[in-house]
Order: sequence, then C-alpha cells, then structure tokens
Amino acid sequence: MKAVVVGGGVIGLGIAWRAASRGLAVTVVDPEPGRGASGVAAGMLAPVTEVHYGEEALLALNLESARRYPNFVAELEDASRMVVGYRASGTVSVARDADDLAALEELVGYQRGLGLEVERLRSRELRRLEPGLAPGVRGGAMVAGDHQVDPRRLVAALLAACRRLGVVLRRERAGSIDRRSVVLEAGGVEDGDVVVVAAGAWSGVLAGLPAEAVPPVRPVKGQILRLRGAGAPPLARNMRGAEVYLVPRSDGEVVVGATVEERGFDTAVTAGAVHELLRAAIELVPDVAELALVETAASLRPGSPDNAPLLGATGVEGVVLATGHFRNGILLAPVTADAVAELLATGEAPPEITAFSPRRFQRVLS
Amino acid sequence: MDDEPLVIAGQKFSSRLILGTGGAASLEILEAVLVSAGAELATVALRRIDPAAQGSLLDVLSRVGVRLLPNTAGCFTARDAVLTAKMAREAFETDWVKLEVIGDDRTLLPDAVELVDAAEQLVDDGFVVLPYTNDDPVLARRLEAIGCAAVMPLGSPIGSGAGIRNPYNLAIIAEQTTVPVILDAGIGTASDATLAMELGADAVLLATAVTRAREPVLMAEAMRQGVEAGWLARRAGRIPRRRYAEASTAFAGMAEWEPVGG
Repeated sequence: MKAVVVGGGVIGLGIAWRAASRGLAVTVVDPEPGRGASGVAAGMLAPVTEVHYGEEALLALNLESARRYPNFVAELEDASRMVVGYRASGTVSVARDADDLAALEELVGYQRGLGLEVERLRSRELRRLEPGLAPGVRGGAMVAGDHQVDPRRLVAALLAACRRLGVVLRRERAGSIDRRSVVLEAGGVEDGDVVVVAAGAWSGVLAGLPAEAVPPVRPVKGQILRLRGAGAPPLARNMRGAEVYLVPRSDGEVVVGATVEERGFDTAVTAGAVHELLRAAIELVPDVAELALVETAASLRPGSPDNAPLLGATGVEGVVLATGHFRNGILLAPVTADAVAELLATGEAPPEITAFSPRRFQRVLS
Repeated sequence: MDDEPLVIAGQKFSSRLILGTGGAASLEILEAVLVSAGAELATVALRRIDPAAQGSLLDVLSRVGVRLLPNTAGCFTARDAVLTAKMAREAFETDWVKLEVIGDDRTLLPDAVELVDAAEQLVDDGFVVLPYTNDDPVLARRLEAIGCAAVMPLGSPIGSGAGIRNPYNLAIIAEQTTVPVILDAGIGTASDATLAMELGADAVLLATAVTRAREPVLMAEAMRQGVEAGWLARRAGRIPRRRYAEASTAFAGMAEWEPVGG
C-alpha cells in the first residue's frame, strides 16, 4: 500500500508520519514543505477561547485534537529528537473596555453552557497574572487548557520523523492528479494506491481531480507579525483581545496575529494590517512597542463553507481529502494525522472524523 | 402581503431588508442568513474581497440570487471612495455603489464633508449612489439634491446594536425625502427594524445584529418579519396616543341586563 500525499504542511507531514508508522509506503510532494500556512501560523491551541456559536461539532474535534497533543508531541519529539515548543501555559482573553467586557461575558456564558472550563478574572486579578497588560483593561477570562506550539519547529520535527521512517519527500510542485497518481509539474509521475490531498488553500485548484472530488476550499488570507526582544516576552501566556492575539514563546519571540481576509491568492503584506495589528497589540501590552519587528508575513488558510475540515474519502476511488482546516490547522494536526492514517491503513474512517466527511458538501461538489 | 415594491433608481425590490455581508462566521451561515432574511440586495466591501476569487462570497450571492451592492467600506477620503467605487464598477459590472466615507476610526461615523464631495463626483460620473450618512436632515437633503438615488441615515454607530438613537431626525428625514430612505447601521434586534419602518424608512440595511447573534438564521427571519411588521403598521396607520384609557368595546347601544327581582 502506497500513499502519495500532496502537501507538506503540518497536515500532510502529520499524515505521512503516522501512515509510515503503520507500515505504509509514503511519498510527500511539496516544493517547499512547511512554507504555506504552517510556516506563518502562530500555533495557538485554543479550542475553548476561540469557540464560536453554531460550531459545536468542530469544537468536539478541536477538543479531541487538543487532548491528543501532549502524547503526539512526546512521540514526535522522541521520534525526531527535536523539540516543538509545546507549552501548557493557558490563554487569557482581555477586555479593554465595557463593550469588550459585555462581549466577553456572553462568550464565557456560552463556554460554561457547553461545560467548558473558563475562569472569569477581574482587572486586578488579570494584571497580577499578566503585569505587562495596560492598566486600563477592564477584565478578562483565563482558559488553562488552551496551550501553544511552535508550528515551524513542528514542521521541522515532522520532516525529521518522516525521514527516519523512510518517507520519500519530492520537493516538487504537483501539477495535476491523474487517478491514483500525482503528475509533477516539472515532469515525472508519482504513482500510488491512494492520493491524499493535503494542499491547504491550494487543494481546491489542483488540476485533474474529478468534479466530485474537488474540495470547496478557498484561500483566506492572514497577515501576521513576529517580534523579538532581548529578554523574556512582556507576557507569559497566549493573549486574546477583541482585535488581536499575542503568542509569547519561551525563546523570546512574540507572534502577533492575524487578519482574516477574502482576497483570493493575494499574499501581499499591507501597511494598514501591520499598523492595525501593532496598534491593537500595543494597546493591550504597551511594552510590545519596545520589541524588534523581525518579520511580517501573509499566508493563506484553507477555508471551507462551514469552517470545518474535509477529512476522508471522496466520491472518487483512491482520492482522500485532508484539507479545509481554516484557522485550526495546527490544532487539528494530531487528530487529522491519526484519523487519516487509520483510514489509509484500514479503509475505515474512525468515528471522530465521520461528521467531517467531504461528502457533506455533495451539493457543492456535484 | 407587500404589493408596493421598494423602488431604487427604477429597480423594483419586493424585500425591504438589505444585508451587509461582512462578519458572517462562515459562508454556509451567510448563505442561510440571506435566504432566511429574504434579501434581494446585499452589500459587499470591494476592499475586503478579491472579485476574481472562486468559491467565495460572490459565488454564494449568485447561488441564492441576491444582487450585489458594492460599498466603499474602509475609505477615509473622497478620493479613496471615488477610486474604490470606480474599481467596483469595473470588477462587478454595476454602477450602483453604497458610498461610505468614514471620518473616525473608533465611532466609524461618516465624514459629512468628504461624503458630499464624493457623492457629487460619483453622481456626475453616472453612478447610482446610495450614501451612508449621519441622521442629519439637512445633510440628507443635500445628498438628495446632488442626485443620490437613496439616502441611508444611521440609527447609531456601525456594529453597535444601539438601535435608533434619534427617532425624531429619522422621521424628519423620511418625511422630507422623495428618494428612498434606508436606515443603515445600529440595528440591534427586530424591534429596532420595526421602529425604523414605522418612523418612515423605506428599507433597512443591517449585518452585525444577524451575524453576531447566537442563532444568525433565526435572527435573519426575525428581522425579515420585523421589517414587514413595521412596513405594514405604517401603512395601516397607528392610532393617536391618549393619556387615559378608552375601552376597546363601546357600551352605547348594548342591551341592558336587568338583575332578577330588581
């Protein structure tokens, strides 16, 4: 049994690693592994903080993946002999003013109604946890179970783990899909028994897929900043404001994100977005202004019609989808890798992904 | 139920509820909301989307048969707004534009001076201009005089859900204006939409009140009914207010009941 995985982001590499662990022959096709959305994502693992009305099914999958993260990381670090920067530091949500506070109260009520654990914090309690917060903040909430990982380290570790298991990496662009084979743009064919489409935002524009296997995935642009100071970051844990989030890493990096823009395949970094992200971040944590701005980037998330991923078999024999993870690709990497590898090895989709079958979009697909 | 259509620049619409498309949690929810609201017209911010992108918002609109109204959201000067409107005309092949020129980041209130300037230029250039304006009757009159196809006064700031903060001005604008008056921004719940129609608005434009509701599809239906209720009530004519009660049943002319043995 040989699987050809199109796309070497955390989703494609995660599937390749888990499938190879189960004894499958795997080839990953990607000209620049980890250079898509995985390479710019902040790595906030925050299923509770970012829960949204009407997305309860997705919440269940997100929580399941978050639950698997510690073991996934332990096994991956063991297999790759690298560290991936997993931190169980918790996530705080911060209200700047009375309007934010009212919105936050509503969110906390929703979270508690779903049985999720969240702690309401008054302004002074919040600032005792995070003394770098602007003194004017009105209050907040803390979710101890929302963690973080460093997606770039995660990609590097997955590449190393794949290599150790004999996964073949073709650093080439997939031109088209021809039944169970991937035709490379520069010439040549990678034959397999099954093709896994894990090409993120590009999954919907791969040539050669029959119409009923083309995922309804569109690019959703995100602009994001990386900052760095001499010492420890001015915040200790992930922080979510109304207009921005900040993710501090133990190596001193602070990631500030992110815009959500429907701009097609445009990846220009704009002055306005950088300005707005910095303004909002500095408003929450004034000392962010002292950090060096080391990187601005934009990338494309794979958006699906219902914001949830497309996982599993399509109407076309030999084509499996693992795409459409939208804003949750890093978070969903473990459960996606486990479940799709199981599907490849056994032919059966495990129960945790059946609600996310690509067939739910049959109307769109047909 | 509503046999009198909304007419903007000669185009007839049977729905008097217009939706903004920003802020929906997903395209699937947006599609369901458009259907539930019965909307025939929806605004799209040219600066926030790529008109050429596949599988996006535009596909949703064409699938549900809702006409697209480009807006100039994100513009702070007349120059930017005019340029954006012209780009929208190219991209979407429509000369209709909802003109927004924002004067302040925090309140997102319109900049009256820039708005009038941009409206003049666009009307001269053949656009069908629907300007988002303050609830100022004098400004509304100026916009109509320039040749705008409708005026769109706010109820309260965009996304605030604070309702109609100056019903008197809205009523004055509705009374004096001959082109359609579309209440735009500030709607928080269905009764706000009803009130706007009762006060004389010809239509209501809203987005956040639906997209951020716990159940967006239900709220869209509520808004549709709210707009219809207000429109019907206005045509039916409300009764004058009285200080004291007046029994709903008249007693004059009714048979007297004589107690037995009386």
